[in-house]
Amino acid sequence: MQSALRHPYTVVIALALIVAVLPFALPSTFHLRIAALIFIFSIAVVGLNLLMGFAGQVSLGHAGFFGIGAYAVAVGPTHFGIPSLAAFFVGIAIAGLLAYLVGRPILKLKGHYLAVATLGLGILIAMVFTNEARFTGGPDGMPVPRLELFGWRARTPIAWYWISGVTLVIAALIAVNLIESPTGRAFRAIHDSETAARTLGIDVPRYKLAAFVLSAIYAAVAGAYLALFDALVTPVTAGFLRSIEFVTMAVIGGLGSIFGGIVGAAVLVLLPQVLTSFHDYEHVMLGLLMMAFMIFLPQGIVPSLARLLQRRRT
Amino acid sequence: MPELLQFLFSGLTVGAIYALVAVGFTLIYNASDVINFAQGEFVMLGGMVTFFAAAAGVPIPLAALMAIVVATAVGLILHRLAIEPARGASAVTLIIITIGASIFLRGVAAIVFDKNFHSYPAFLGSEPWRIGGAALLPQSMIVLIGAGAIVVALWAFMTMTLTGKALVATSANRLAARLVGINTGAIVGLSFAVSAAIGAIGGVLMTPITLTSYDVGTLLALKGFAAAMLGGMGNPLGAVIGGLIVGLLEQLSAGYVSSAYKDAIAFLVILGVLFAMPQGLLGRAAVERV
Repeated sequence: MQSALRHPYTVVIALALIVAVLPFALPSTFHLRIAALIFIFSIAVVGLNLLMGFAGQVSLGHAGFFGIGAYAVAVGPTHFGIPSLAAFFVGIAIAGLLAYLVGRPILKLKGHYLAVATLGLGILIAMVFTNEARFTGGPDGMPVPRLELFGWRARTPIAWYWISGVTLVIAALIAVNLIESPTGRAFRAIHDSETAARTLGIDVPRYKLAAFVLSAIYAAVAGAYLALFDALVTPVTAGFLRSIEFVTMAVIGGLGSIFGGIVGAAVLVLLPQVLTSFHDYEHVMLGLLMMAFMIFLPQGIVPSLARLLQRRRT
Repeated sequence: MPELLQFLFSGLTVGAIYALVAVGFTLIYNASDVINFAQGEFVMLGGMVTFFAAAAGVPIPLAALMAIVVATAVGLILHRLAIEPARGASAVTLIIITIGASIFLRGVAAIVFDKNFHSYPAFLGSEPWRIGGAALLPQSMIVLIGAGAIVVALWAFMTMTLTGKALVATSANRLAARLVGINTGAIVGLSFAVSAAIGAIGGVLMTPITLTSYDVGTLLALKGFAAAMLGGMGNPLGAVIGGLIVGLLEQLSAGYVSSAYKDAIAFLVILGVLFAMPQGLLGRAAVERV
């Protein structure tokens, strides 16, 4: 039992079970909607976790890639007549390519300098979406045509529940696979010490870039899903606060834990829903809870609780 | 020519505010390694408390003093209740705590005050001076002189007083500082108090020009952070220079290129500088011990 729990693929199997069973437990389409939102954000956070939690590189600009995915499925079909599905892949390609091109110089920076550089990158991308109103509708945003697959239109919450849920399971599977591979070990070596990793013969810039590009692709997929799901996209999608939200999700759930990222996403999607009953006090409560989580569970929810459980057992 | 002068005036004014925020970042970072994203909220408190105290009939100078005291108290409480209990946590955990604090303070300000924009009369009137064909607001002059005075006072504090030297020692090496009998916990608290006071003074001075509202802090923290990194994190002089550069870049590109992309140009330059000088303009290269 113990070893089964520790097995790296347990997370993926547990996740698949949750995704498969949850629709029968959720009483309304409203709850399905929330679940789909959690899955969509989780995809981005699982990707960001590869970069931050495993390779140890901070990014305060991932909403930029999220936004590229989102605007691709909006602008492509509306202005260029590309089908949504093709636009989806074009967006992912653009996000990946951009990450590849800027990643090399940016990832030479360390710590807080990297944070400010990625922050700048994210803001630059968001600014293009705000200002190129001819294509993007400017600050008001633009409607997103519904996704159509072989004559079937994905618009109900249950459809998006399954699309995002299955994608999340696949995303987690890829992430776990990667972490358990030599690439994953190289990521962790870089996290611990770049100099030490280099002396071991690890091509540090290459692995950092790989983590950056991969996390950008995850973010773009999530962004496209959110845009198609909401049928609307605004520059807020790509904004600085969204980037902060991703980082907060990853950290609150637990950096370096795939399941942690998903729990973090769930907490930050659910909290505002629960807190709306506090009306004006919503932000006060959100801020307080963020601080409390980090003070009492500094490793993040999942790793801290896992440690507590382990201590009790021994 | 008058055009350029005009942009320089406004750039330096905005830049002085960014510089104050960046200095606040630097002080706290040096003493405790915390990047305090709630720094912009101190600026907001400075302006908001002054306005609402003044609206309640308190004379402006007294209202400003009240604002600075309130912000300083908030800084101390933030340190005591949120940063101190999480001592030893990783840098990113501490950053999330300060972001939580910033959301919290913004939420409180929206309830205690309101969500509107506010301003109060400029201290020396709002009749601009004409210099070389450009208009210079007396308040801009006050912002510049005030920021300059703060930087000089801070320098004097850090080089001439025992407490200031203890702050410098704590920044240099916390363990060694503790070994020579410095109460480093109190020093970190002090850095929060001083940063909060500096931010609040910035808020008091800028509000007649830029207006204030409960949510001005986010953007200021972002620009101040960028400025501090541009100058080289942990270097107070770098923070001042970084702040002024970001302010000037923003206003010059707003004037000559495009006001929609003014922040874009500022960030492009920051990215360019960091690619060439990965430790910022005045930062020192860190050595990694393996």
